Amino acid sequence: MSEFISNNLPYLLAGISVGGQYALIAIGYTMVYGILRLINFAHGDVFMVAGLIMVYATASLPIYVSIVLVVVATVLLGVLIEKVAYKPLRSAPRMSVMISAIGVSYLLQNCALYFTGGLPQIYPEIPALTKQVVIGSGSTKMVTLVTPILTIVLVVALVLLIRYTKVGMAMRAVSKDFETSELMGIKINNVISLTFVIGCFLAAIGSLLYFSNYASVIPTSGAMPGLKAFVAAVFGGIGSVPGAVIGAFIIGICENIIKGMGWTAFSDAFTFVLLIVILLVKPTGIFGEKATDKV
Amino acid sequence: MGKKLQAAVPAEKKIGNLIAVVLIAALYVLLYLLDNVLPVNSTTTMLIPVLQKGAIYALVCVSMNLLNGFTGLFSLGQAGFMLIGAYSYAIFAIPAEQHEAVYQYFEGGAIQFSIPQVLGNVLGESGGAFLGAIICLMIGGVVAAVFAALIGIPVLRLKSDYLAIATLGFAEIIRALFMWNGLGRITNGSNLLRKYTSFANMRFQVGGTVIKLDTIFPFLIAMLGILTIVLLVNSSYGRAFKSIRDDEIAAEAMGINLFKHKMLSFVISSFFAGVGGALLAMFQTTVQANFFRSTMTYEILLIVVIGGIGSISGSCIGAFLYIACSEWWLRFLDSGALPIPFVGGEIPVPFFRDGFRKVVLSVVIMVIVLFFSRGIMGDKELSFSGLIRKIRGKKEAKAAAQAAAGEEDAQ
Repeated sequence: MSEFISNNLPYLLAGISVGGQYALIAIGYTMVYGILRLINFAHGDVFMVAGLIMVYATASLPIYVSIVLVVVATVLLGVLIEKVAYKPLRSAPRMSVMISAIGVSYLLQNCALYFTGGLPQIYPEIPALTKQVVIGSGSTKMVTLVTPILTIVLVVALVLLIRYTKVGMAMRAVSKDFETSELMGIKINNVISLTFVIGCFLAAIGSLLYFSNYASVIPTSGAMPGLKAFVAAVFGGIGSVPGAVIGAFIIGICENIIKGMGWTAFSDAFTFVLLIVILLVKPTGIFGEKATDKV
Repeated sequence: MGKKLQAAVPAEKKIGNLIAVVLIAALYVLLYLLDNVLPVNSTTTMLIPVLQKGAIYALVCVSMNLLNGFTGLFSLGQAGFMLIGAYSYAIFAIPAEQHEAVYQYFEGGAIQFSIPQVLGNVLGESGGAFLGAIICLMIGGVVAAVFAALIGIPVLRLKSDYLAIATLGFAEIIRALFMWNGLGRITNGSNLLRKYTSFANMRFQVGGTVIKLDTIFPFLIAMLGILTIVLLVNSSYGRAFKSIRDDEIAAEAMGINLFKHKMLSFVISSFFAGVGGALLAMFQTTVQANFFRSTMTYEILLIVVIGGIGSISGSCIGAFLYIACSEWWLRFLDSGALPIPFVGGEIPVPFFRDGFRKVVLSVVIMVIVLFFSRGIMGDKELSFSGLIRKIRGKKEAKAAAQAAAGEEDAQ
């Protein structure tokens, strides 16, 4: 066992790091799904846009101002998408909302293609994250160590928020029943907006970490992490924040170990195999609540 | 009175069908003229590929509509099945002597024959290309259908959004599989497949003249496919599909075998997606797995929405409109200048550069999704008998109104 770990240490570390980044995206999926019952297909693209904003912001601003700007702009973008594309369809069938989400994803990708001219954009180096550190026998970027710690801190804060604050209680109520919680005086639109704020905030943080590792942004670079984060959310039981985080770490680690074993071509496919297996064996995920259909 | 009404309906239907047949025949005559007689100029060189691709997309969109619109299965695997169809077609249609060049990294590949060539030895080159292409298209469809049947067993038990994400996942797995070097002797890994029979090979020598079927061929295949789906939708199977879409539990209570019907719809839809993918391979003359990404599925889904979910004629109209806009009419948005119609000349517009066309298209799509969610046709079909009935109904209503007015005047 220890031999396996020491042989695969770089992959394991990379896996934990990527897992943390997926976790930050997955929370956005799982919270939106928990409340709106909507797979927010555009979430991965919001993540990509956050990366592009960083690229353009650092061209004229100091790096730490840009980081603040990226977080604020991403949150605004997320809320804007919710208000424009999802809110008008609140009473429409679920398929229409999902189509709208796909439409937004298509729009964001095409806009990114237009602004970048299809060229990969070099992601700026954030000194605190891209510094090399030496661990054991190898060296790695600082971001590898920062990611899991930051992820866990943010997730604990989020879980506390959901469990122990009034807003968190409102969120839980809305995810159980829209109409009843409205009758109880909860302003559901505010709660939904807040969900998007939290989701996009975490996606922005995730994009800072993720792109520091990968160094370039292209219009489709949000699609794959987005889908994987969604799989992580399903794996952990959709609607459950800790579940999504654990799912994301498992996917990140497995994917990198598969890469380490020389099966790089299948590292993406593995995620989907996992998805299909989990949907067949335990459709509600590891921590999911059992839902019963009303006839 | 009742008898008279009953007699009137079939007559309209007959006239309607007659008009449809005449129009289709006229369409094929026009296509023939386009392929063979009309001079090659800037309009026809744009029109031919738009029509070819439009026909292919019409077939693919109708096949997706069969799933999403008629059976209520929100599947996002279309690009995956198109990929399977395209590869199955291309692999069997590469001429034997070209294998060395195409599979240069995989020792000439594993399959050393080409169906169009084998048939060509018997039927002559053009006959072999035509029949061989059709057989290869069928192979593409069948392989896609077999994959769909295998994938369907686990996936079709899932509900709405889980089904969507699982089929999307399968499309990604298939893409990874086809790009894997382990299968390189068949799929050529991540390299292009090329030099196979394409639309340009659809030529017949009759006497001294060459008859080209470049545009007629995809139209013919697409039309046969769409016709099959129309017949299916209007059969008792089609009614079972619609009842599953409207209410699964009620449908099951009425004795409809849910799994069997979902599977049937899934397999047939994938068959035509496979044929569509194979046609797309013919259209492009090269094929590579990376081309069939989830963006392609999204595009097809959005065309179905533009046309109207649950309307076959809507999907066809949507497909031609979308392709014409994105490949032709909106091209100027990418060109850096706004051409002035009729007068000539251009006004330079700095933000009209590469990719602006796609931005405009996706904004239009969002507007349609948000404000005109019924699309062009809603769930109605374009039918000539319906049109005649409507016109006649209006006339009768007018006559009745006039008669009523006349009576009033008399009083």
